[in-house]
Amino acid sequence: MKVIIIDDEPLARSIVREYLQPYSNIEIVAECQDGFEGIKAIQQYEPALIFLDVQMPKINGFEMLELIENPPAVIFTTAFDEFAIKAFELNATDYLLKPFSKDRFNKAIQKYHDQPAKPESIPVIETAAQGAAQRNRVVVKDGNKIKIIPVNQIQYLEAADDYVKIVTSEGSFLKKRTMNFFEQSMANHNFVRVHRSYIVNSQLITRIDPYEKDSHQILLSNGSKLPVSKAGYAKLKDVLGI
Amino acid sequence: MENRTTGFKKLVLAGITYWAIISIVYSIILTTILKTYNLTDLEIIIDAVVNNIMLSGSCLLIFNNMRFYLPRHEKYWYVLTISLGLSAICSAFAYGFLWIIFSRDSHYMLSLKQTSGIHWGITFLLIGCMAMMSLLWYTQEEQKNMNERKADAERLAREAELFKLRQQLQPHFLFNSLNSISALTGSQPEKARHMIQQLSDFLRGTLKKDDQQWSTLDEEIQYLKLYLDIEKVRFGHRLQTNIVFNEEVKRLKLPSLLLQPVVENAIKFGLYDTTGDVLITLEATKENNYLKIAVQNPFDPETSQPLKGTGFGLSSIQRRLFLLFARNDLLIIKKDSTNFITTILIPQIA
Repeated sequence: MKVIIIDDEPLARSIVREYLQPYSNIEIVAECQDGFEGIKAIQQYEPALIFLDVQMPKINGFEMLELIENPPAVIFTTAFDEFAIKAFELNATDYLLKPFSKDRFNKAIQKYHDQPAKPESIPVIETAAQGAAQRNRVVVKDGNKIKIIPVNQIQYLEAADDYVKIVTSEGSFLKKRTMNFFEQSMANHNFVRVHRSYIVNSQLITRIDPYEKDSHQILLSNGSKLPVSKAGYAKLKDVLGI
Repeated sequence: MENRTTGFKKLVLAGITYWAIISIVYSIILTTILKTYNLTDLEIIIDAVVNNIMLSGSCLLIFNNMRFYLPRHEKYWYVLTISLGLSAICSAFAYGFLWIIFSRDSHYMLSLKQTSGIHWGITFLLIGCMAMMSLLWYTQEEQKNMNERKADAERLAREAELFKLRQQLQPHFLFNSLNSISALTGSQPEKARHMIQQLSDFLRGTLKKDDQQWSTLDEEIQYLKLYLDIEKVRFGHRLQTNIVFNEEVKRLKLPSLLLQPVVENAIKFGLYDTTGDVLITLEATKENNYLKIAVQNPFDPETSQPLKGTGFGLSSIQRRLFLLFARNDLLIIKKDSTNFITTILIPQIA
């Protein structure tokens, strides 16, 4: 069985390696010190299980998982992360709080063997992101590159089948996520769901005009025109205080 | 407490002096008036003594009364009313006593009747004077107590806040360090033991400095080195540090554990949030009457940008400097495209 260890601290990786030694059936195919290396290694080796730290440079463990199409089973290893702990409980194979004992580690491996089906990782992440509430950036894949978009640089979001199109001044990016997910996690950042298919950065609105019956149209500072539904208009009035 | 008793002694002394002055003034006035009626010395003295006793009694009464009841509103009307009332009662009693004593002396009784108005007037003025003085004295006393209480409360609040700011231990750092130790115990037990030592010294430092507000730069830097050495064990060769200071600044004073969060911050953005090797520089110099400490760390503009405000978690340092020096210009933050420089100025009180 192939596993990968992803942690930015060498000693933290070495203890996982040490605890894995007695398992002759488990092969460590890669050790990575950040999320970027992690993504590459996962795509290259397609491991069955990864040991993943949450707090890592540039992109954290959750953000890394978001960028993987078909994620492997995950055992999180973390020192301290209040809201994340709640998230793991829901759908990760297990979570280990550093420093963890060998017994505790063995139990986590046992747990993986007891439920070999890969956990659906999307709900884990959605919960974690909602728990974090203050989501102030979105990580997307742009070809082979990984792009970190600060939330305040997003102009609007548009529904596109199974994806959401994220429009920024530097272009637009697709991310496999639901509109509801973004609506909830970005409500604190002046984003308003003005329409079934649109979430807009309310700070960029320059004009609101009536449009057909019962609906409106908004003009953004970048020139885009977006439709506003009746319910969306009510929300918008609330946020803008008109 | 001692302050209060000496204050009271002073008050008693002042009271006696005031009473003596009143007595003399009162006696002079009475004597002058009564002399015009050709009264005997004995009659004048008895008249003066009776009036004086009544007057002193009233003054004492009014002074004591104000100790327990200090009017808040309409205080001047209160003083006027009470002075009028009390002087009327006082004069009436004096009149009564003198009437009992001298009822068969028609000559004296005549003068008593004719001067009763003047008696009452003088008594009113003197009692009014006393009432005003008591009012002022107690108001001032109350103000003083209130100010003391306020200062006490502010001092306590400030101490509590400083304590909290200093105490913010980073659980993330602690648990990750313990995890590193756990990893080392298997492979390199000697190193593990060494790290336990460093971590203990570091934690002890956090606890110890509670009662001493100020440390020398040398002490603070020794302490920071412990912290940085632990981080070096955690992150291996990725972390390089360069600490520059000369003999001159070694003995200069700065608030305890003030540098700690600045360096923690440099580590957080310079090391935790970047990949590749990292150099963190700390430079301490003396400029005019300030100890100037500059901490420089690289940062990743891409990931750190979204942080708002002063960001970079330095507001608690700003707050602490403000509490200590009542100044907002002692923390200076500069950044270029890849480096972040935090400069702290500590005024040196010669």
